[in-house]
Amino acid sequence: MSHLLQSTFIPTTPTTLRRCSVFPTTHLRKTHVVESKIREIFMPALSSTMTEGKIVSWVKSEGDKLAKGESVVVVESDKADMDVESFYDGYLANIIVPEGSSASVGSTIALLAESEDEISLAKSKTLTTVSSSSQETPPATVTEEVSPVVSPVAAAVSLSSDAVKIASAIHPASEGGKRVVASPYAKKLAKELGLDLRGVVGSGPNGRIVAKDVEAAAAAASDGAAPIGVAAAALKPSGSAPAAPVVDLGTTVPFTTMQNAVSRNMVESLAVPTFRVGYTITTNALDSLYKKIKSKGVTMTALLAKATALALAKHPVVNSSCRGGKSFTYNSSINIAVAVAIDGGLITPVLQDADKVDLYSLSRKWKELVDKARAKQLQPHEYTTGTFTLSNLGMFGVDRFDAILPPGTGAIMAVGASLPTLVGSKDGRIGVKNQMQVNVTADHRVIYGADLASFLQTLAQIIEDPKDLTL
Amino acid sequence: MQFSISLSLSSPSTICRSDSSSPAAASNGNVNLLNPRSLRFCGLRREAFGLNSSISMRRIESSSVTRRPCSNRILASLSGNGAPSKEFDYDLVIIGAGVGGHGAALHAVEKGLKTAIIEGDVVGGTCVNRGCVPSKALLAVSGRMRELQNEHHMKSFGLQVAAAGYDRQAVADHANNLASKIRSNLTNSMKSLGVDILTGFGSILGPQKVKYGDTVITAKDIIIATGSVPMVPKGIEVDGKTVITSDHALKLEFIPQWIAIVGSGYIGLEFSDVYTALGSEVTFVEALDQLMPGFDPEIGKLAQRVLINPRKIDYHTGVFASKITPAKDGKPVTIELIDAKTKELKDTLEVDAALIATGRAPFTQGLGLENINVQTQRGFVPVDSRMRVIDASGELVPHLYCIGDANGKMMLAHAASAQGISVVEQVTGKDHVLNHLSIPAACFTHPEISMVGLTEPQAREKAEKEGFEIGVAKTSFKANTKALAENEGEGIAKLIYRPDNGEILGVHIFGMHAADLIHEASNAIAMGTRIQDIKYAVHAHPTLSEVIDELFKAAKVKANTSSPAAEPVAA
Repeated sequence: MSHLLQSTFIPTTPTTLRRCSVFPTTHLRKTHVVESKIREIFMPALSSTMTEGKIVSWVKSEGDKLAKGESVVVVESDKADMDVESFYDGYLANIIVPEGSSASVGSTIALLAESEDEISLAKSKTLTTVSSSSQETPPATVTEEVSPVVSPVAAAVSLSSDAVKIASAIHPASEGGKRVVASPYAKKLAKELGLDLRGVVGSGPNGRIVAKDVEAAAAAASDGAAPIGVAAAALKPSGSAPAAPVVDLGTTVPFTTMQNAVSRNMVESLAVPTFRVGYTITTNALDSLYKKIKSKGVTMTALLAKATALALAKHPVVNSSCRGGKSFTYNSSINIAVAVAIDGGLITPVLQDADKVDLYSLSRKWKELVDKARAKQLQPHEYTTGTFTLSNLGMFGVDRFDAILPPGTGAIMAVGASLPTLVGSKDGRIGVKNQMQVNVTADHRVIYGADLASFLQTLAQIIEDPKDLTL
Repeated sequence: MQFSISLSLSSPSTICRSDSSSPAAASNGNVNLLNPRSLRFCGLRREAFGLNSSISMRRIESSSVTRRPCSNRILASLSGNGAPSKEFDYDLVIIGAGVGGHGAALHAVEKGLKTAIIEGDVVGGTCVNRGCVPSKALLAVSGRMRELQNEHHMKSFGLQVAAAGYDRQAVADHANNLASKIRSNLTNSMKSLGVDILTGFGSILGPQKVKYGDTVITAKDIIIATGSVPMVPKGIEVDGKTVITSDHALKLEFIPQWIAIVGSGYIGLEFSDVYTALGSEVTFVEALDQLMPGFDPEIGKLAQRVLINPRKIDYHTGVFASKITPAKDGKPVTIELIDAKTKELKDTLEVDAALIATGRAPFTQGLGLENINVQTQRGFVPVDSRMRVIDASGELVPHLYCIGDANGKMMLAHAASAQGISVVEQVTGKDHVLNHLSIPAACFTHPEISMVGLTEPQAREKAEKEGFEIGVAKTSFKANTKALAENEGEGIAKLIYRPDNGEILGVHIFGMHAADLIHEASNAIAMGTRIQDIKYAVHAHPTLSEVIDELFKAAKVKANTSSPAAEPVAA
């Protein structure tokens, strides 16, 4: 049965030409050493403009025998739905991208085994392929990747009776923690993010797990969560504790998934050799500019992000990141992540391309991100894609502090309050100027003292003469 | 199984949109009675089938001459209600002023009959007051919300929209205002033509005798058009607040964070569209093994990809909601799900609200049917293909007809209206059989779903039985200029036809404005137009109707010769 649409979009092309074939490789890339003939089925490019394709339906299911030239899958491109044929005989061993999901052109969507015996082998390979590509861990750590998946289950099972009581108190109908009560969207999100709902604490009605709980847990679990830990730790003494929860003093409380993830990230950050460079910047010009354009909806956060982004544009090394310890990446875009305190935690919405987007759009975007963050509706790409992080505690009157570098980024800047300060000028006079202290923490494997110093000098110049910001 | 009801009542010649593979389920009280057409859609048409009777079917109108001795009365009838026959108070009495009764009444007046309509509740019936009309108001809101919330969509137009919000009461008022407006339109249209609107609960006392309130009237012909009410399976306690039916939901008194919708047919699907656009999360409970039963499987699959999967919706299929308890004392609504086959308890849901959308049950109690020896079947009034009521001994009851949801043939407002018009044609001396396969149906989700005629499996079954080939043609909205201009390329149109003679068996559309696009196909089926003829019809460019144009052109019909024009395809 052909799912080929009889679309007249390409009316004169004969059917055979419209069909595209899978381009399998006989030799696997990466480090998988697989002796048998297991071929990857790639997302084909069905048109010159196609960058990504959506799987409409799998014509064959796992375990089905395929003959060369048979339709395997229907792919929806930007133009039409098309049947995709197999190039080889074999068995469809494993479907990696399910129906309804998208994959970029060239990515593996399924595995083809040559014989039936190899199906299970191909399946086991999928695990490693998927985990290694999504987690960016070398195959050697696959076992490590697998074990955490198992351990929470074990932990949940071995929970003390006290913990079970807590769970049942949270949700009367969860039958002592056996059942997970989560809203449809929460379940959907958890599936997308690969999160186990059993470890998530629900904040919805009757203790139900809702989407924001999943997002919070996922944010905590991802790399991007590090600043949450940083600033959350920094925030606690500020006394802005949101709706103090009722706690039994003297009890020991196990970490939630989010706390676990923060803790893990914080420990992980110790593996990065960081150092700090501080700078004092006069902000009179910035303050008066802010006063002038405040009415147009421009926020101080947007101004700072813009200034930082412009400075980063001149010092690409500060915007780089080092992950493996053997090489580092000059990031192609300047995405400024800004830590925001929200109810029950902290999140880092990202201002994408802050160097290119104009100040007014940036301010609008910021407002939108903050609204979304408050509503806990940020999408993962809106808080995990930062290349440089800003953390500002100036509004609490903090004059200087120190931030922990989020793993996976090159540098984070802690911004203190701008305060009237008595300063002496070069000509021997004294006067009062508004000054703020910034303190950058950076990964010394990539960013050296001179890099940071010259970056900060550029930043100070931009802030002290902010006419470029409004361009 | 929901369809088995209509099946059991229909005469063999009527091909219902029935799913014959729906098994034992019907015996369970908790059957998910989701007639796919159960949410009715109205049209206020005055004349739908004036030209449809072929000459050969027309009776010699001697009988009508005796009834209307004066020829100028026919002219007079165009501007007012007819004069009554001598021995009866009325020529025609219709019990129930819903869309079906309204359609029949208007056509009856046009045909010169002195007509009365009895209504025990409000004029307009379910459709206008608690069905398709107010739901369209809510869906209009949900469509806009959906669009404004779709940042990607807006951005692709170059538009910037700040966070869209809504005022629940104002949305509810819009629905309510629309219902009142349509209700008064309906009332006025009947008043201005001189239809007597009699208020009271109508019941049948005996042959040609009807009672409303304490008054007894006689009529030459009687039409039962009492419609239906939401069906609530046993075990479900409806409190009108947290466990509701469509009647309550349309008032939009609150928007739950999480609502379970029992039944994924038209009603359930439309409400899922409304609720998710307004911020709710939805869980579908469906008794059959797949969502959206009754739709063409391919359309259903695509619709699920667009209307269910990307939205905040999850679902349980193959389960009955055996027990639903409303929220009380701080406890949420609880729903017990049992396996549809094994009847074992499978799961318990706790939600903020539950909407029962398991279909509609005929409203025929207290109608006095026992006085004329008529036995309802599961509440439905048995009728033949001409809507003539059949009594317990299988005989036709003279001068008594039943149209609309009460007969269960096709539970759609416009089907009721068409059946009413068909009955009026018959009582005025012109034989008429309504072809139910030409009646379109639509589901007003975003995007919309519409259909007419057979689904592909039904067509294949029929083809096998009768020994002909079928062809399937499809076109995509992605190839349509207007759809792309609107950034609404998601959609498909599907044509099922006979390649040997070019007959259209069914058309299914999923995409922008599908509900409006279907009529080209339904009219073609009603008129008996063949593909080889209609494919030469010209469509304005660029319009969505070109999707249908492409569809007809994509069909490969072997017959080159045109069929004789306007050969009706009677059921």
